[in-house]
Amino acid sequence: MMAEQQHIRLSISGMSCAGCVATVEGALRAVPGVTEASVNFAEHTAEVFGLAPSQTLLAAVKAAGYEAAELKGSEDQAVKEAAEMAHYRRLLRKAAVAAIVGIPLFAAGLMGILPSMATATGRGFWLAAGVATALVMAYAGGHFFVGAWKALKIHNANMDTLIAVGTGSAWVYSMTVALFPERVPSLAQHAYFEAAAVIIALINLGQALEMRARGRTSEAIRRLIGLQPKTARIVRDGQERDVPIAEVGLDQTLRVRPGERLPVDGLVIEGRSNVDESMLSGEALPVEKNVGDEVVGGTINVSGSFLYQAKRIGKDTVLAQIIEMVRKAQSAKPAIGRLADRVAAVFVPSVMIVAVITFLLWYNFGPQPVVSFAIVTTMTVLIIACPCALGLATPISIMVGVGKAAEYGILIRNGDALQQAGKLTAVVLDKTGTVTEGQPAVTHMITVNDWDEHDMLRIAASVETGSEHPLAAAVVEAARKRQLETAVCDAFKAVAGRGVQAVVAGKTVLFGNRSWMEDNHVPLGDLPAQAEVLAREAQTPMYLAVDGKSAGLIAVADPVKADSTPAIQRLHALGLKVIMISGDHRVIAEAVARQVGADEVIAEVLPMDKADKVAALQARGEVVAMVGDGINDAPALAQADVGYAIGTGTDVAIESADVTLMRGSLHGVADAIAISRASVRNIKQNLFGAFIYNVLGIPVAAGALYPLFGVLLNPMIAGAAMAMSSVTVVSNANRLRWFKVRENG
Amino acid sequence: MMATIAVNGAGLAVIGLIVWWFWLSRPAARRQDDIPITIVAEDGVYSPAYIEIGRDRPIVLRFLRKDPSPCAAKVIFTELGVSADLAVGEEQEVHLNPQPPGEYEFVCEMHMYRGVLSVK
Repeated sequence: MMAEQQHIRLSISGMSCAGCVATVEGALRAVPGVTEASVNFAEHTAEVFGLAPSQTLLAAVKAAGYEAAELKGSEDQAVKEAAEMAHYRRLLRKAAVAAIVGIPLFAAGLMGILPSMATATGRGFWLAAGVATALVMAYAGGHFFVGAWKALKIHNANMDTLIAVGTGSAWVYSMTVALFPERVPSLAQHAYFEAAAVIIALINLGQALEMRARGRTSEAIRRLIGLQPKTARIVRDGQERDVPIAEVGLDQTLRVRPGERLPVDGLVIEGRSNVDESMLSGEALPVEKNVGDEVVGGTINVSGSFLYQAKRIGKDTVLAQIIEMVRKAQSAKPAIGRLADRVAAVFVPSVMIVAVITFLLWYNFGPQPVVSFAIVTTMTVLIIACPCALGLATPISIMVGVGKAAEYGILIRNGDALQQAGKLTAVVLDKTGTVTEGQPAVTHMITVNDWDEHDMLRIAASVETGSEHPLAAAVVEAARKRQLETAVCDAFKAVAGRGVQAVVAGKTVLFGNRSWMEDNHVPLGDLPAQAEVLAREAQTPMYLAVDGKSAGLIAVADPVKADSTPAIQRLHALGLKVIMISGDHRVIAEAVARQVGADEVIAEVLPMDKADKVAALQARGEVVAMVGDGINDAPALAQADVGYAIGTGTDVAIESADVTLMRGSLHGVADAIAISRASVRNIKQNLFGAFIYNVLGIPVAAGALYPLFGVLLNPMIAGAAMAMSSVTVVSNANRLRWFKVRENG
Repeated sequence: MMATIAVNGAGLAVIGLIVWWFWLSRPAARRQDDIPITIVAEDGVYSPAYIEIGRDRPIVLRFLRKDPSPCAAKVIFTELGVSADLAVGEEQEVHLNPQPPGEYEFVCEMHMYRGVLSVK
């Protein structure tokens, strides 16, 4: 079969001349499968025709030295919803038509006013009923028969197979009785047209209800998609005009006015404003944006008007990636659901075999009229079995659970993370940036030997200006705040785990910890005793010495986040042991742990050894969650049973952990664990319900209660049960939408 | 007596037929060399449902969902951890990396739609 030609639009960035056009066109045309490629220099777009996938085209443009992104139309939710509504109404109409034939027949049967097949009139009535039922089955149930036939041809059996065989056999048997009543014993002269019609009505009704309930399960995704505006205001040649978002290309300048949503990601190039990023990160306060700052599509410009340059468009935007990640996670199944999948895969043929065995048992051992009993029970077995509920049990709960998490700014990457969260026994929290703000500040200064604070700070800042150490940044920042001018430093030397040495204004300066001073034989007097006091208050003391003499101490502390302590209390309430891990000195780490209420401290750990410490906890039998930043703590996050990457604002390290928390708060971890546990509980309820339904329903339908109580299940009741089983599973999953993660909020 | 034997014989034959047709045999796979491979989801089946493809080549499957019922809304490659949402009447491409030889099942959420990608 020849594949169809496709048309792909690309936005190209980095083209500066007509020569670039030829290069990009050449690169695109060289891709196998491309039949035509043309680049529009003015719009910085390329139109490509052929069979090549978009990824290959993007790679080809990149290899040629340019950036490219695919331009795609935004999803038209309204059109989709209208199509869904039309299908919903069609299902209801089919259910109503089938019920118009089935219910009167059923009611007349209950009242005992149906004519006997022994008379000519009666036969005529039943033949007419048979034709009416056939018409109903063709209109309202035709899709079951078409589906069953198509599946049969490819050696597959599905839900349609069970419905088609069940209702079809009921109709064939009934029509045979109506046509040739004399060949059927009088006791067995019963038709089941009403059962066939009512079952088809109920299954259509059930599918319509299920469709409505399922619509609500994808609310989270719809809400995320809704964050994306449909148009953008581009600025070109001094003119502003609104264009559909699909036409925004890379590097184009966009204007955003107060109250508007940002269409794509980019960099502010003119103006300043405050942007509300709460819908993405959960951060309540608007974030100030100045020239050079990054802004993200989907967020709301609160105050001023500004211009920004598009840097990520289409599926590369943070919002698109979040939507994609939520979608992927919603499709992922944890191990708990795999048994149901294995059962679902062999379910329909197995039920068909059980139905045949049921027929044979009733035929051989049942009471008279054996054929009637055998037909009814066989039909009931086929109708009651519901593989759909089994197949839906896990994914539908995952879909709601993952969506719920996304509402809280929690991105769950896979279903196993959800399941593992239920088994956690310990949470390891990285101290810096997770428990604390991650932005150390100078808190205390102690001077000796006639130094004053300003001079000491100025010298220390001069030495640390070029350093990348976070503590150095705190010293430089403190000097900047006091408007101290730093001096040029020479002969800078840094010794890991000790400190730095440099020459400032001809004097040799040492700045670092006590060991660094002792290594260089600097007399410290009573400074170590004062340093000890500061360290117990979770401050890091650093010694400054000039020309071999102490100048004093500068203490830096990383303040604990305001909500770390209550969040840790919530983790305790979830039954988890809280362990804090830190590269800091034990005394400081212990002080922070005491302040926030952590149960254990692992201090003085080098970044690369964190994963080993997590492994050691696992060897001790703990099921460990690691919480840290997505970049530096990546190995430890990967080693843990569940890794939680804490992001800040929109800086989302989407690929780095099982779970990404878009907010910086530790509450996110407690929220994520609570949602995970609720989701797994919901899956278990659904699986239990679906298994029990089939395990009990099928034997009852086969007549297991008949020998003891003399009762048989009416096939129409089986139809109703089957129709409602999927609806029940979906409705139970929908309960998760109302789950509140915090008792007080 | 004859009727009983005939009915029981027929019943056992039907069981044998079910086992053979649904579990022991399968339709001939359709060899696909054109990329992308278009797969239509309609009436409870993927067409084609059994696809054979050469090894060491990227695989692009283009799904076209014609069935408006929610069953067809998602396609999942269970072993590969890949899935895609299918919108009615819209083509959706699924890109897979070259896979080692073997059979890879793709299903809908409820495992009613089923297909097999056979890499040879």
